[in-house]
Amino acid sequence: MKLIYKKPDAITERDTTYCPGCPHGIAHRLVAELLEEMDLVKKTVIVWPVGCSVFGYYFIATDAVEAAHGRACAMATGIKRVHPESFVMTYQGDGDLASIGIAETVHAAARGERISVVYINNGNYGMTGGQMAPTTLIGQVTTTSPYGRKPELNGFPMHVPEMLAALDGPAYIARAALDSPQHIIQAKKFLKKAFTAQVKNLGFSLVELVSACPTNWKMTPVEAMERIRKEVLPVFPIGEFKVAKGVE
Amino acid sequence: MGEKVLMKGAEAIAEAAIRAGCMAFFGYPITPQNETPEYFSRRMPELGRVFLQAESEVASINMVYGAACTGTRVITTSSSPGISLMQEGFSYIANSNVPCVVVNAMRGGPGLGDIAPAQADYFQATKGGGHGDYHSIVLAPHTIQETADLMFDAFDLADKYRIMVVVLVDGLMGQMMEPVEFKEWVDVSKFKTPEWATVGQGDRKERNIITSLEILPEGLEKMNLALQEKYKKIKENEVRLEEYEMDDAEYALTAFGTVARIAKTVVDMARADGIKLGLIRPITVWPFPEKEIAKRAEQVKFFFDVEMNEGQMLEDVKLAVNGKKPVHYYGRLGGVVPTAEEIYGEFKKLLGGKE
Ligand SMILES: Cc1ncc(C[n+]2csc(CCOP(=O)(O)OP(=O)(O)O)c2C)c(N)n1
Ligand code: SF4
Ligand SMILES: [Mg+2]
Repeated sequence: MKLIYKKPDAITERDTTYCPGCPHGIAHRLVAELLEEMDLVKKTVIVWPVGCSVFGYYFIATDAVEAAHGRACAMATGIKRVHPESFVMTYQGDGDLASIGIAETVHAAARGERISVVYINNGNYGMTGGQMAPTTLIGQVTTTSPYGRKPELNGFPMHVPEMLAALDGPAYIARAALDSPQHIIQAKKFLKKAFTAQVKNLGFSLVELVSACPTNWKMTPVEAMERIRKEVLPVFPIGEFKVAKGVE
Repeated sequence: MGEKVLMKGAEAIAEAAIRAGCMAFFGYPITPQNETPEYFSRRMPELGRVFLQAESEVASINMVYGAACTGTRVITTSSSPGISLMQEGFSYIANSNVPCVVVNAMRGGPGLGDIAPAQADYFQATKGGGHGDYHSIVLAPHTIQETADLMFDAFDLADKYRIMVVVLVDGLMGQMMEPVEFKEWVDVSKFKTPEWATVGQGDRKERNIITSLEILPEGLEKMNLALQEKYKKIKENEVRLEEYEMDDAEYALTAFGTVARIAKTVVDMARADGIKLGLIRPITVWPFPEKEIAKRAEQVKFFFDVEMNEGQMLEDVKLAVNGKKPVHYYGRLGGVVPTAEEIYGEFKKLLGGKE
């Protein structure tokens, strides 16, 4: 029998801490596949966030550190500056990156830190039970926007890639989605460019992955994927927002 | 030791750290210690080392945390409000067992306060400051020479125990100029990446994970007990103090840092008047020299604690004395530095008509 599909070696055997149908697992797999394909596993330090992926180091078998909530880009900066040979990436949720850690993110990008950021937009704070995030859509009900997110009260969803693309420091900025096989294949291509930007020492890179939180969205995984296509992607369109020369 | 150079305290701190093998500085400007990052910003690039001005103290301490996870000698320097912002990071660093050095040139508080020298961050520095049961080693030099010397010890202690070491000075020490003689350069070409560092697995058998997280209470209790075990060792081995004119003392001043420096003059004034006054000056304010102070409680008639705060070290002195003798206190707040005459006057009031 021919083996045509297997778990990447960089993914461990541990039982998952994620809910059934949660796309965090897809994102982990893409990262692990790329680290292997690009021969980066043994050079990599992943800075994990506070959020559902707080235990990410259980699952991706690289050196790892666990940052304080929102501070992953600062921690990654510290590692990369003193150890430029290492491949340093962060993996962060939308609460972690776009709310409490937005300053660290924007400044790491502006400085052109040679780090790569995987940014999971699931429209809420999954880990703490589904509160409103900076990415929560207008009208979306969460545990802290029980009447739906209202612009006059909560402002508007934040588009991180579009914001960062306006800076000179980033080498690669994109948004992909994890809702369908086609989009997942595209997400991997974008992530590869982001990692390449660091390997080639071109600057800061970030890929937002539009994800789902079936548990807190109170949907089946299939419904959650449909919601991404119907409601989320029109507000958070897929695309590349900055591609420096040499990233391709 | 080389030749003596006249230097501002804030610059001597940077030069000493650099000679001690500090490979990276991350920090955010704040008065009264801006000369320290400015000095680093000139010297570090010359030596091929890292200087980075962070966007905030929150960022700087987390950059320090990241660099510390690679086992690199790393420092940040700041002053009270900036140090307050770093407390979450300190707590993470403590439970991650990574080494780093932090200098706090204390200024008057609370709030924005002022930029004058104060000692009001003693509690914050010695009792933890951030959340959880943790300590940092806290060194409290009283001259610029001592500060320059202790910068070397700060990095050595940090590496030895994989702990954060705080060098607790104040704005006066930062701004004052004094002749300093620096210790020999540490040979950084001998530095090796420690086995526990997270720099990518490389040839190591196991990968390294540095985290302060342990979701099971029994597991976290174990981590806490390991920390306590480390603190116990530090308490047993690293207490430092200076006793000035204490051999035959009938009264003991207790003071640290800038006030201790002034207190030496007070001791000299008293001795000139034939009064047997001495000074106990903790150099490590954590671990605190409890045993040494307890011993002196057998000897002296009373203690007189003087600080530039509302009596913070006073609590540790009282705990050490444990009711055996009276412990009096005098202090100035908000950045006011007491004079030797003023302290001596207060001391004489305590003596009453006795001498
Ligand atoms: C300083 C601090 N504030 C708040 C929290 C509580 N907290 C933990 S995870 C989290 C939100 C995480 O949401 P997100 O980053 O979107 O990740 P997700 O769980 O959705 O993947 C919050 C607020 C914390 N751990 N630390
Ligand atoms: S709470 Fe949401 S984001 Fe977190 S693991 Fe469950 S489904 Fe995934
Ligand atoms: Mg989220």
